[in-house]
Formats: sequence, structure tokens, C-alpha cells
Amino acid sequence: MTTNQQQFPVSMRFFHWLMAAMVLTMLGMGVAMVASLADYHWLVSIHRPLGILILILVVIRFLNRQFSTMPPFPATMSSQERFIAHESEILLYTLLLVQPLVGWGMLSAARYPMVLYGSLHLFPILPHSVMLYAALRKAHTVLAYLLFLAFIAHFGAVLFHTVILRDRLFSRMAPWRVPAR
Amino acid sequence: MPTDTTPSPKNHLPSLSAPGMLARFAGIGVVIICVVGGFLYLGGWFSPHELTPARLVNGFETVFGIHSGFRRNHAKGMCVTGYFDSNGQGARLSKAVVFQTARVPVIGRFSLPGGNPFVSDSPASVRGMGLDFTPANGEEWRTAMVDIPVFAVNTAQGFYDQLLASTPDPATGKPDPEKLKAFFAAHPESARALTIIKAKPFSSGFDNSTFNGLDAFRFIKADGVSTPVRWSMVPVDAFKPEDPAQSANPDKNYLFDDFIARIHSGPVQWRLVLTVGQPGDPTDDATLTWPEDREHVDAGTLTLDQVEAEAPGNCRDINYDPLVLPIGIAPSDDPMLSARSAVYSQSFTRRAGEKKEPSAITPSEVQK
Repeated sequence: MTTNQQQFPVSMRFFHWLMAAMVLTMLGMGVAMVASLADYHWLVSIHRPLGILILILVVIRFLNRQFSTMPPFPATMSSQERFIAHESEILLYTLLLVQPLVGWGMLSAARYPMVLYGSLHLFPILPHSVMLYAALRKAHTVLAYLLFLAFIAHFGAVLFHTVILRDRLFSRMAPWRVPAR
Repeated sequence: MPTDTTPSPKNHLPSLSAPGMLARFAGIGVVIICVVGGFLYLGGWFSPHELTPARLVNGFETVFGIHSGFRRNHAKGMCVTGYFDSNGQGARLSKAVVFQTARVPVIGRFSLPGGNPFVSDSPASVRGMGLDFTPANGEEWRTAMVDIPVFAVNTAQGFYDQLLASTPDPATGKPDPEKLKAFFAAHPESARALTIIKAKPFSSGFDNSTFNGLDAFRFIKADGVSTPVRWSMVPVDAFKPEDPAQSANPDKNYLFDDFIARIHSGPVQWRLVLTVGQPGDPTDDATLTWPEDREHVDAGTLTLDQVEAEAPGNCRDINYDPLVLPIGIAPSDDPMLSARSAVYSQSFTRRAGEKKEPSAITPSEVQK
């Protein structure tokens, strides 16, 4: 890789936008389904397998990241800002990994069968315990709000750089190819 | 962490004027507000009067109070276990493993409606039977049935309105007749259903009650053919009418105690009867019966041979969600199914984390 690389590699951009769409869909679905009587069932039926797909993708995405070369931060970012950006990336990866595991765990503890597709079932990862279920169910809500707040902070920071500082921060992760300059 | 090696591109750009800067900040603000607003909209924050699972369960808590650790409806109950022997006839309609000729373990629960777990048994109270069929392949078929021929309501809103209208007035101990009148005026389907429900005589106990799934489902065959089906558990024990002496002087747990005595004398059995719907039969309205001449398929025998008080890990900790279904059984277009699933889940989540009190039917009671 050359030192004047200004964009993330195609594979990293692909995972970023695919998972951004999936995670936002899941967050919207999550708040909608707990408040809905009529749409509860079909939303839950998609929410569960989609959560497992996110769990699988986040592991692949993390491994892919380990083998990728990343572009440098723009000069407009101070060392503090770079530290925050780095830490918030760790937070986001952690949430994306933990949230589906909590969902899987809470369904296991509640003894719900976990249908992925057709007759494909997921095995329980925790014993049947309603107290455990109750704790994990609360954690699932708290983590979802935390994930949403982290997304808003990330989105706001990118907008600030792109619209106010105009430092081409967005082009690093743009879904299309941006020529280096 | 990447390191910076490139010069800043911002040097090439003209700096923003103060109003331009302000407009751009405002633009960012608007975008963020729209995203947060969309999220809140999906979560129902802008429709505080719409009926949600939480508000429906709040209704039960308002009427019956909060009884820590108990179901918000059908709070009083007792666990039973046994098995289902399929005779293979159901396989004509559904590819579900439960309908292949085999024995499947069942975890069940008998219950009375309402949110009071210590309510006295009474002849006129509706009886509930929850069943969880657990075939070896990891699938489950859960069903929550009652001993009335049709549901009294056909929507979640109707259910909620009925709950509030039939709340006993603290002064008289009885529901306000004016409120009931208004409810039946607003819900003619419930008035019709009540006539059908009242026409059926009560049996003497759980063992000789017929339990009905009420909502229609779709049975799916291996070739994809879908058939509307309603199911019932029809008792092998002969129907006996409620003993008038018992009705006149019911003791607190007599329905449960009678069943305990009955099961100690030998296993209790039901036939699983599938009623096969035809095109045009209502599948989205459980207040309506299907014509009498519809085909009935006897799919096998349920045998209950053990009884237990509610305890950790048994039926107490199972959510008899009517949409936990195996491959081969699918929901119909009945809106009550998704609503029941949502509300049962809400009740389960609330009670799961609460401190558990012993049930009215105690371990020593089931030994008698």
C-alpha cells in the first residue's frame, strides 16, 4: 500500500455501509416492535436472525480490519480528537459484538426456541433462568440506546468535519471511489 | 492507529462567512434532529394514546394490582406434564414433526383468568390450558387455550376495552352496568360472542373440559399446501355438569384440588381435534364460529400424568406464547395472534425479574 492512500480499502468500506444499514434497521425495528401489537410478530421474526447475521459479520469485519491498511487521519484532527475517534471505534465494535450475544443469551435464558430460517435453530448459550433473562433483557435495551447514541455522535462528528471543516474526512469511507489528490 | 502523513487539504478552501457557518451548523442540527425524531417516532413516542403491549399490561396492573412474580393475566395456575401420542392423521394437513407417528413430551399449565393469583375458584370462571410440545429436534409448539367456544373479542383494543369495562367498582364489588352496556354497544361482535359462550354449560372440572385454541392457524404440508385450521383438546373423561352443591359453596381451590385428586387416580387424557376450515371461513376473527359440518381430524392423544406446584424451571417460567410454532404450523391473518404474542412477552418480561412468591396451589396441595 502506498503512503498517500486516502480511502479505506473496498472491503472495509463494504462492511461499514452494509453493517450501518443493518444496525440502523435493527435499532429502528427494536424500538418499533416493543411498542407494537400488530407488527410485533413479523418484526421479531426478522430481528432475531438479523441479529445473528450481524454477530457473524462483525467478527469477519474485525478480522478483515486486522489485515487491512487504513488511511491516515486528516491533519484537521487534533491528537485528542484522534484519541476519541479511536476509542469510539473500539466502543462501537464492542457494542456490535456484545448486543447480539446479549440477545442470544436472553432468549436462551427465557427458553425461547430460536428460529433462524425454516427448521434451522440456534442452540441455547445459557441455562433456563428467568432472573437471568430479566437482567439480560434490561441490558439489551440499555445497550441499544448506547449504540444509538454512539451512532449519533459518530454521524454528528463526520457531518461537522465534512460540512464545516470540509477536510474530506467523509471521502475516506465514501462508498464510491474518490481519487487521491 | 493510522498516522498522519498527508498535508491538510483545508488550506485550499476559502474560509466560511459567519452566516454561512451558522447555516451549515443549523443544517447539521436539522439532520440530527430528523434522525433522532425518526427513531422516537418508530418507538411510538409521538402517539401516547395508541394501545401498546405495555399499556395493555398496565391495564391489568391497574385492575388487579401488581402481584410480584406472577403472570399479569391467568395468574393462578398449576403445572402438569405428560406426553402427546400422534396417530399420524395430522400429517395429512401439516408437515410438523409433532404430527408424525411418535410420542412428544408436553409441559402444561392449568390456569384461571385475571391477574389475581389467589382468586377463589368459581364455577363460572373460564379455565385455561397452556401446552408446550417439545419434539426432539429443538422445535416447540406452544398453545394457550381456554374452555370457551369463541373469543369474546376480536382485536386487542376490544380486549382492553372489555378489561376496563368489567373492572369491579370498589363501592359495589361489581362491574359498572353502564360501562358494560357502553362496551357491548361499541363492540357488537362481543355481544354476539357472549351469547355463544353463555349457551355452553360448564363442566365439573379441568379434566372434563374441552379447551379450544380459538384463533385460526395455517397448517402447511411438505408440498406447500396451506389449510386453515382451528384446534381443540377434547376430554376423554365424560362431560359432567357443574355440581350445584359445589357452585353454592365453592372452596378456594376446588377446581385445582379436584384435578389433583383425579390425576392421582390415573392419567388424564384429551384428543387433539383439528377442525379443517374451508375457503370463506373467517380466519381473522376468533369471535366467529365455523360451520358445524366442517371436517374434524383426530390427530392423537394428550396424556397428562404428573402434577406439580409452580416452581423455578417448570411451567412457571415458560411463556405460553401462541406464536411459538413448529415448521408446518403458521399464523393466520388473525390480528389477535401478534397482539397476544406481544402482550404475553411484555407480561413475561415484567414478572421474570420480580421476587417470586409461592403460588396458591402449593407443593403440599399437589400431594393431597
